[in-house]
Parts: sequence; structure tokens; C-alpha cells
Amino acid sequence: MTILIFTAVVAIVSFAAGLLGSLTGLGGGVVLVPLLTIFFHVDIRYAIGASLVSVIATSSGAAASYVKEGFTNIRIGMFLEIATTLGALLGAFLATWMPTSALAVIFGTVLLYSAFLSRKTRTQAQRNLPPDPLATRLRLNGTFPDLEGMRSYNVQRVPAGFSLMFGAGALSGLLGIGSGAVKVLAMDQAMQIPFKVSTTTSNFMIGVTAAASAGVYLSRGYVDPGLSMPVMLGVLVGSLLGSRILIKAETKSLRLVFSVVILVLGLQMLYKGIWGTI
Amino acid sequence: MATATPPSSPSSSSTSVSHAHEFKPQPWRDKRLAYILGNLLRAGVMMSAGIVLCGAVIYLSRHAHEPANYRAFHSEPPEYRTIPGVIHSVFKDQGRGRGLIQLGLLLLIATPIVRVALSIVGFAIERDKLYVGFTVVVLAILLYSLLGAGIGL
Repeated sequence: MTILIFTAVVAIVSFAAGLLGSLTGLGGGVVLVPLLTIFFHVDIRYAIGASLVSVIATSSGAAASYVKEGFTNIRIGMFLEIATTLGALLGAFLATWMPTSALAVIFGTVLLYSAFLSRKTRTQAQRNLPPDPLATRLRLNGTFPDLEGMRSYNVQRVPAGFSLMFGAGALSGLLGIGSGAVKVLAMDQAMQIPFKVSTTTSNFMIGVTAAASAGVYLSRGYVDPGLSMPVMLGVLVGSLLGSRILIKAETKSLRLVFSVVILVLGLQMLYKGIWGTI
Repeated sequence: MATATPPSSPSSSSTSVSHAHEFKPQPWRDKRLAYILGNLLRAGVMMSAGIVLCGAVIYLSRHAHEPANYRAFHSEPPEYRTIPGVIHSVFKDQGRGRGLIQLGLLLLIATPIVRVALSIVGFAIERDKLYVGFTVVVLAILLYSLLGAGIGL
């Protein structure tokens, strides 16, 4: 394949990943690394580097609209970023000495888990929890716009959420993904933060988390300009377009299709990792 | 610590920042700063995408018909791995396209870091010492990654 054709095809695939990732809320980065390694025979380290760069582009590019909606809790984001950036540093350093087959196995596991999470039905319970002393001291409790005006929420289990965030950061640094699924899990499940606030705050945090490992990747030569260019531009355009079109009715089936894609890619990564063909 | 009590402004603070010591658990009251930050980030991303695109045009016009091969990993050459190397390669004729792409990517990595740095200002305006502290820690980690990991000067 010549560079011209390679660039064009990778750009189109990245565009599709960015578009689907943003429409379904599952993120595009998680499918890019397996697509690049399995179908384009790109070394997983180059794929991780390119994917991580595109994760920063989507997170920062969408930041303005998230802030406008008034869901993002900047204090929760900033406090938890201490955990995610430390985790990301650790993950990036681990990635530089871990064998690629181990990376593939971990990646496959994360993909299977993401596919499972995306199929789980989420109960939108009205949470009316008493304030937690630590969360109150850290000023994490907040309000967000709801149908009946502003609703307040009390953040719970701060240490558990903080630890999970460290894990999310480590996965992000290790695999070059945004790991939004784990971030939302930490906030929505552990800390009992309303789902809307969790997802937007997670998006707010992803760019900063990725920036923490990007420095390590760049200095170790994982970021190849020829590969990162079509990936970054494709994902950026796709996700920006995705955030603009609202096809509410289609999202459900799209989500199903996308989670099947994630599942298949996860199995492929596991297989390749275990049989050492990566 | 009740969070829903009405503001009881300390006498020391001026009227414009009378809520500053109350620490309502809200994102910045000064929404304008949040908007500015959001738009700044978007501008940073767009600028970096523009630079990457310029680099892409040069790179593709020179190397379009060479074979693409990413099968084997051999770390990037030093000029694409360090900040001075990238800047230097932009001014060289050889490999300028790729140098420009890396420059755009460096700018992209810098945008969230700039946002964190400016958040310190936002929390300082709110007189929220705790969060100024947290944000400084995050910024230190980010700068360590970018400079301490070996790509700095």
C-alpha cells in the first residue's frame, strides 16, 4: 500500500470511529487501536501513540459545548485529575517496557468489559443521599440543570472514586485510550454522581489525562507523524460532526452495532495477544 | 458543614466577591471564564489541526507513492521526539512536512495543559485556596510528563 492510499483509508476509518464514538458516547479511541493493529498491521505502539493524540483532540474540541450545557463539575474534574494524571504517567511508563502481547491481552479485556458495560441497562434513580463529610470538605457536591430546574446532588465514596480514577488513568496511559467507560463507572457508580454530570465531567478530564501520558509517548518515539496525522484529523472531524447531529431515534441501534464491533475487536485482540501474533 | 446556607459574607471581602468565602459547591460562578477557557481550547485544537493539515500536504506531496509500513516498531528519530528537534525540523527542508505535523501535535498536547494553568487563575479569583492547590499539583504532574520525561530542553 502506498502512503497516499494508506493515509486516505486510515483517515476514513478514523472519521467513522470518531463519528460513531461520539454518537454512541462510547468514544472512538477504543476501536482505533485494534482496527489499526488488526487490519492495517500497524505495530501496537504506533497505534497507541496515534490514538492517544486523537483522544486529546476530541476532548478539547468538544470542551466548549460541554461547559455551555452546565453539567460539568469543574471541581470534581480537577480533584480527580490528580488521580488520573498520576495513573496516566504510571501507565505510560509501564507501556514502554510491557511486551506487546501483554498490551493486546489487556486491551482485549478492556474492550470486552466496555462492550458489557454498554449493554447494561442504567437505572436513572432519583438519588437523595445525605452529604458525605469528605465530599463536603472537598466541595464536590453540586447542582445541574434538570427538567424541573436545578437539582442538587451529594457526592459519595470519595476514596473509592479516587482509586478507580487512578486505575482509569493508568489504563489510558497504558493503552492510549480515553478510558471514559471506567471514568464514568467511578463517578456514576462509586461516587453516585448523576449520569449526565459524570459523562460530561469525564469528557472534560480525558484531554488532561491523555496529555499526561502524551509527553512520555512522544519522547519514546511512539507518535509517528505519518500515522498520527490521518488518525487525529479523521477522529476530530468525525467526532465534531457527531456532536452536531442529533439522531435520537437511531442512537439505540447504533449503540448496539457499535458494542458488537467492540466485542468482536476485543475477542480478536485477546486471540492475537494470547497466540502472540501481534 | 451545611452547603445550602445563604451567603454570610465576611466583612473583609468586597461586595463583588462577597460569595467567595462561601464556597458554594458550584462550577465557577464566573461562567464567562469557563466559556473563554472552552473557546480557547477549541481554538487551540483548530490551530493544531490547521498546522497538521499543512504538514500533511507537504508530506503527501513528497512521499505519496512510497510504500507505507508500520509493521515493525523502530522509535521515531530524535527530531520528532523532542521539542527543540521538532522546531528545528520545521525549518529544515528535509522532513519539513512531518516536522510540521509533530509541531501541530505538540500544540495539541499543550492545549489541555494551558487550560489547567488558566484554571489556577479561575480558582484564585474565587479565592479557593484548596483548589488552587489541587490544580497546581495537576499542572506539576503534566509538566513533569512533558519536560521531565525527556522531550524538553
